[in-house]
This record gives sequence, structure tokens and C-alpha cells, in this order.
Amino acid sequence: MGGWWKKNPFYVEYMVHESTALFVAAYAITLLVGLVRLGQGEAAWNGWLEAMKSPLSIVAHLAFLVAIAYHAFTWFKLFPLTMPPIIVNGKKLEPEVVVGSGWTAAILAALALLGIVWRIAA
Amino acid sequence: MKTRKRSNAPIFWGLFGAGGMLAALFGPMLVFITGVAIPLGLLLPSGTMSYPKMLAFAQNFIGKGFIFVIISLFLWHAAHRIFHSLHEIGIHAGFGAKLLTYGIAFIGTVVSAAVLLRVGF
Repeated sequence: MGGWWKKNPFYVEYMVHESTALFVAAYAITLLVGLVRLGQGEAAWNGWLEAMKSPLSIVAHLAFLVAIAYHAFTWFKLFPLTMPPIIVNGKKLEPEVVVGSGWTAAILAALALLGIVWRIAA
Repeated sequence: MKTRKRSNAPIFWGLFGAGGMLAALFGPMLVFITGVAIPLGLLLPSGTMSYPKMLAFAQNFIGKGFIFVIISLFLWHAAHRIFHSLHEIGIHAGFGAKLLTYGIAFIGTVVSAAVLLRVGF
């Protein structure tokens, strides 16, 4: 039964968005290693920062970025299917409104995070 | 028809959802900051992730909580999704698969909690 999903574009997309989980896992493990190195002291932490500068790491993170951004895109795109309908003033919120609000929230959250990191760092 | 066992894992589903939401909201920017901008010296002030700054962040109550939920919920989200996708690619999702996916998430959660407690407050 392996590969059944290749026959239908709908299922190909399903497998692609499910596979973003591999990238989320890889990124979380990268952060976990960083946290462990942080706990081991300054030299260990600087070693992790240095490893993050390697071309392999940069390429891997660009792949994580694309995959996790695609996760964000599909996460909200599927909201009308995965979440119970949202009723406002007795009317069901249109799917486009739900999806659009999700994407807007994701963009605002990303910008807020960048702003907060900037403020802490400055 | 065979009677189906009721799912005993609403908690795992909840962790999947929470992690998926966090990854959707903050994942791309976090990857950009930690994996691209900081290593290449783009955009953010130099020393943004220096040892004193990151240690202080990990010791701060809010910083500690943020690091913990990001790492652990990303892992639980991924574990749940990978575990359920194994069936799709023809791998029987048995105990071994469960151990490998949820097990890694569990170990990651315990390790991050331990480090975050050890670095102090």
C-alpha cells in the first residue's frame, strides 16, 4: 500500500503538509541541543552558535523555514475543516474569513516576535 | 463491523494542536532568527544571542516558559503527526513507532525542563 497517495494531487498535498512535522521535529531538536549547550556554560554555547554558522546548518534552516512556513499556511487553510464552526451574531463565519484571520494572526505574531527580540537585544 | 476502541489520547491531540498553533504563529520567524539572521549577522543587533543574554533569557520566568513550550510542544506536535502518518506510508504504527515518536517528545520535554530548572531563576 506504500505510495497510494501519489496517484491523487489532493493526497500528495496531504502527505507534503504532514511531512512538515519532520522539519518541526528537526528544528525543535536543534533548539534542544542549543538549550543543553547553554546549560553547560559559555564555551559550549559559543560552540553551538558557531555550528549554527556552518553552510550545512544555514541550508538546513532555510529548508526548515520553507517547510514550517508551509505548515503555517496549511494549518490555517485547513481550519474550516479541522475546527468547529465559529458563530458570530447567529451566523457562521465564512471559511475565507476564518482562514484569512489565521494567516493575518500568523504574520502579526511573527512581526511581534521579531520586534520583541529586537527590543530585548537592543 | 468490528467495534472500535474509543481514542484514549485526547491529551496527545491537544498537545498536537497547541504545538501546531505555536509552530504556525512563531515557527517561521524563530527559524529565521536563530538559524539564518543570527548566524549570518543579518538584521538583528550583534550579540543578540550572546551567552549572557541567552542565559538571562533562560533564567527569566517568561523566557524560561517560552523556551519550554516552544521545544516541548513542537516535539509533541511533530511526534503526533509523524506517528499518525506512518500508517499512510504502510508502516504499522505499533508500540515501537509510538516509543520512537512520543518517546522522543517525552525525553525532549524532560531534558528541557531539567536544563531550565538547573540554570536557575
